[in-house]
Amino acid sequence: MIPQPSLKTLPDQRALVLSLVALVVALFIASLVVGPAGIPPGRGLLALFTGQGGAEVLVMREIRLPRAILGLAIGASLGLAGAAMQGFLRNPLAEPGLIGTSAAAALGAVLAIHTGIYASFALALPLMALAGAGLSVGVILMLAGPRGNALSLILAGIAVSSLAGALTSLVLNLAPNPYAASEIVFWMMGSLADRSLLHVALALPFLALGAALIATTGRGLDALTLGEDAAASLGINLTRLRLKLVLGTAALVGASVAVAGAVGFVGLIAPHLMRRAVGARPSRLLPASALTGAAILLAADIATRVIAPERDLKLGVLTALVGAPFFLHLVRRMAREV
Amino acid sequence: MSACAAASDRAPSGAALARRAGAALAVVLALVGAAQAEAPARVVSMNLCTDQLALLLADPSQIVSLSYMASDPSASAMAEEAAAYPSNRGRAEELYLLKPDLVLASTFSSPGTLSMLNRLGLHVETYPPGATMDELRQSITDMGAALGQPQRAADLLADFDAQLAALSTPPLRRPRAALYSEGSYASGARTLEGQVMQAAGFDNIATEHGLDWGGRMPLEVLVMSAPEVVITETGRPGTKRARAQAVLSHPALAHMRRADVVAHQDWICATPRVLDAIAALTQLRRQMERE
Repeated sequence: MIPQPSLKTLPDQRALVLSLVALVVALFIASLVVGPAGIPPGRGLLALFTGQGGAEVLVMREIRLPRAILGLAIGASLGLAGAAMQGFLRNPLAEPGLIGTSAAAALGAVLAIHTGIYASFALALPLMALAGAGLSVGVILMLAGPRGNALSLILAGIAVSSLAGALTSLVLNLAPNPYAASEIVFWMMGSLADRSLLHVALALPFLALGAALIATTGRGLDALTLGEDAAASLGINLTRLRLKLVLGTAALVGASVAVAGAVGFVGLIAPHLMRRAVGARPSRLLPASALTGAAILLAADIATRVIAPERDLKLGVLTALVGAPFFLHLVRRMAREV
Repeated sequence: MSACAAASDRAPSGAALARRAGAALAVVLALVGAAQAEAPARVVSMNLCTDQLALLLADPSQIVSLSYMASDPSASAMAEEAAAYPSNRGRAEELYLLKPDLVLASTFSSPGTLSMLNRLGLHVETYPPGATMDELRQSITDMGAALGQPQRAADLLADFDAQLAALSTPPLRRPRAALYSEGSYASGARTLEGQVMQAAGFDNIATEHGLDWGGRMPLEVLVMSAPEVVITETGRPGTKRARAQAVLSHPALAHMRRADVVAHQDWICATPRVLDAIAALTQLRRQMERE
């Protein structure tokens, strides 16, 4: 049987989701008013909504708005992808960054840019990133599927991640590109600096598609917590579930990485922060984790601009500073449990 | 001194002899007394910028090899002239095998290679990349002396000064401009590009933000600084497919006046070719004054 939620917990859930939404909205607004140009918050928001104020309108609408939208959407995507992967693999260490999905997506994006396909066909960028991400998720599922243990998952992830990272560096180093070094850092660490509404338009449809696919997996993931056989006996088509999962996470991670580079650890931290609060049910973890991911990424992006406004501090630096110790803590806890 | 003997072999006229003696003196002074052949017969350059100065100053028979970038039209302003010479990739062993009696390098050439060349006993002269017109002048004089061609250096300098003076009419006003390139990079006033811009009568907004040498200027800072014109360069190799390129096609920049009138090759190196860049930007300023 699927564990039934006690009636008592339902209002709590609503309160939890509402408070997360409030947090994300607050961080979204903060993301709009923080920036190196130092526009007073009130004037900035006024310029954003009324369109009066010359250069300020340009900054608010063309530079900060896309940045805030991407922060929210990509954070939510990574949180969602992390929760879905952890649920499907029934492994708390599964995360797009750790198991190489992001690195493979970055390779796809770099190939799209450096083969020149992207210049003639803009959608090639998210599509190739999506293909890279999908391929790597497929490989990981093959090597360390639902029955695989945490160790084989992480080892396979390290292999995929290193290979994709090396190939990305190779492509960038072979290209006659004077910015190769800084671009390798971007693809490994991610940044939302100076992105435009064009990037939003490029990524958002794929992120929405991915989210829609993952949203339908809730029931299947819930059933899977009881084991594959039990899930199958509950009428869950595992092949379809797997397909939706691969395509969904590939779309979420691929489109995210295509416009913002690979930002690690968000998909790891978000589900863990929410797991206890939602009673460890994957179907409920998905929305809570998405909201938490959005909050984490928005906060990290605000922090990059507060700590070093002129420097384009990479997002992944901040998420790793928080995420890596958290990851070590998880590893220690798992080791103790074994 | 063997240098004087070599000079008298090839320079029969008294005036030329005197000139060469002067050159020998300059070389001796420059090298703090080290004994040098007056006009090195086998000159190898391993840096794009010294390549171009060597092409302008040396006798063609002196040049044995230039760096591979010298003949690359996307990097070099003198690719055609350089194409006639064998190229090198600036590695110590290939340079040594060319048996040069003078190696021209940048002060920014790989320190490992430079110290290896010194260990191998080669005579290496280094020149700073040259960020100001004065440093450019100094490099021309120094290299003219090292090549045993002080007269060519003096002629080149006189010509450069005359052209620069002709270009330098005092501006009616100095428009505020940004020199912006891929990766949100703004060049500062203390770079060669910044000096060119200043000579052409523009004020650099990077200075307002304390970026004397240049640095990353977030797009929103650029937009809020509202420069009258955003100057970008053309023809920088390999940037078409760089992600860093994206910032130059950002919609926010579409609302600003853009000018891509300077070819990358004209100001990457401190050579008299910067006159072309100054001329292009001066023309832009005059056009803005008329508007």
